[in-house]
Amino acid sequence: MELFIAGEKKSFEDGLSVSKLLEVEKVENPLYVTVSVNEQFVDQQQMPGRILKDGDQIEFLYFMGGGR
Amino acid sequence: MAFTNEQLERYSRNIILKEVSSKGQKKLNDAKVLIIGAGGLGAPAAMYLAAAGVGTIGLCDADAVDLSNLQRQIIHTTEDVGKPKVQSALETIKALNPDVEVETLQGLVVADNILSLVEQYDFIIDGTDNFPAKFLINDGCVIAKKPFSHAGIIRFQGQLTTYLPDQGPCYRCIFVQPPPPDAVPTCRQAGVIGSLQAMEAIKFIVGIGTLLNGSLLTYDALKMDFRKIKVHRRPDCAVCGPNPSITAPVDYQTASCDLKT
Ligand SMILES: [Zn+2]
Repeated sequence: MELFIAGEKKSFEDGLSVSKLLEVEKVENPLYVTVSVNEQFVDQQQMPGRILKDGDQIEFLYFMGGGR
Repeated sequence: MAFTNEQLERYSRNIILKEVSSKGQKKLNDAKVLIIGAGGLGAPAAMYLAAAGVGTIGLCDADAVDLSNLQRQIIHTTEDVGKPKVQSALETIKALNPDVEVETLQGLVVADNILSLVEQYDFIIDGTDNFPAKFLINDGCVIAKKPFSHAGIIRFQGQLTTYLPDQGPCYRCIFVQPPPPDAVPTCRQAGVIGSLQAMEAIKFIVGIGTLLNGSLLTYDALKMDFRKIKVHRRPDCAVCGPNPSITAPVDYQTASCDLKT
C-alpha cells in the first residue's frame, strides 16, 4: 500500500499499524510524537491497534521547545 | 487621535498598503502585545512589532543577556551582556521606535501570574524555550480567552500555530501534556519563526488575512520547506474541550534546556 508521510508518497507492507510505522520510519522519541492520520489525532494507546490503509495521509508532529 | 506628521512618515509604508491603511495603523498603535521570552523567538518578534508601531509591548523574561545569546538574539548587543534581557530589549525598542510603550516583567510566568498578565494584552506571543512554560501559556490564554502564537524550534526546524479563543485548536489539543523533563531534546535556533509570529500578531490586530489557527506550520531551514499541517480540536482536550479538567493554570516542573549533541 501507499501512504503519504508528511505529504510524500511512500510504499509500505499492508497491515501496518501506527506503532509499527513509527518504528519503520525511525521516528525519534516515538512516545512523545503526536500522529495524525487523515487529519485526526491518534491517541498513544490506540497506536498499536490502529491499522493504516492505502492512501492514508500521515503527519508526525514533534515537540519543539527552543526559543531561548 | 490623528497621526503626527512624523508618524505619517514613519508608518507610510504600512499605510500605503490598502489592507492596512491608516485605520489598520491606528489599530496597531492602540494594540497591546505581550511577548513572553525575549530570546531567539521573542527578540525578532519584538523588533518587528515595535517597528510596525504596536502601541504597547509587554516583555517578560527572567534572564540576563549572555554573550552566547548574541548569535541569534538580535535585540541585544555586545554592550548589553550581563544586563536583564527585558531591560536590554526595552532600550533597543525605544531606540527603534520611541512611540512604543514598553512594559517589562523581569521574572518567570507561573500559574500565579499568568492570568493577570495575559488579561492586560490583546495578543500574546509565546517565545519561551521550555514545555512547562508553553503549556502554562496555552492554558492561561485558553482560560482567559486570549489569542496567542505558539512557536517552537529545534536545530534547523521550527513550528508555529495560532490559537483563537473559542475556535481552537489549542496547543494542548496537539500535544496533550508536557513531555517528562529531558525526554525530548531542546535547543536553540531562531530568527525566521519569531518574525512569523510578529506577522500573525499584526494580521490579528489589523484583522486581515488568514491566521494559523487550525494549522501547524512547520519549517525546515535546511530544505527551506514550509508545510501547513491541518489540526483540529480534540473533543476531550483537558483545557479547551467541553468538559475541561484544567480550569486554572498549573505549574509543571521546569525542564532544562541543555543543548545535547
Ligand atoms: Zn485544546
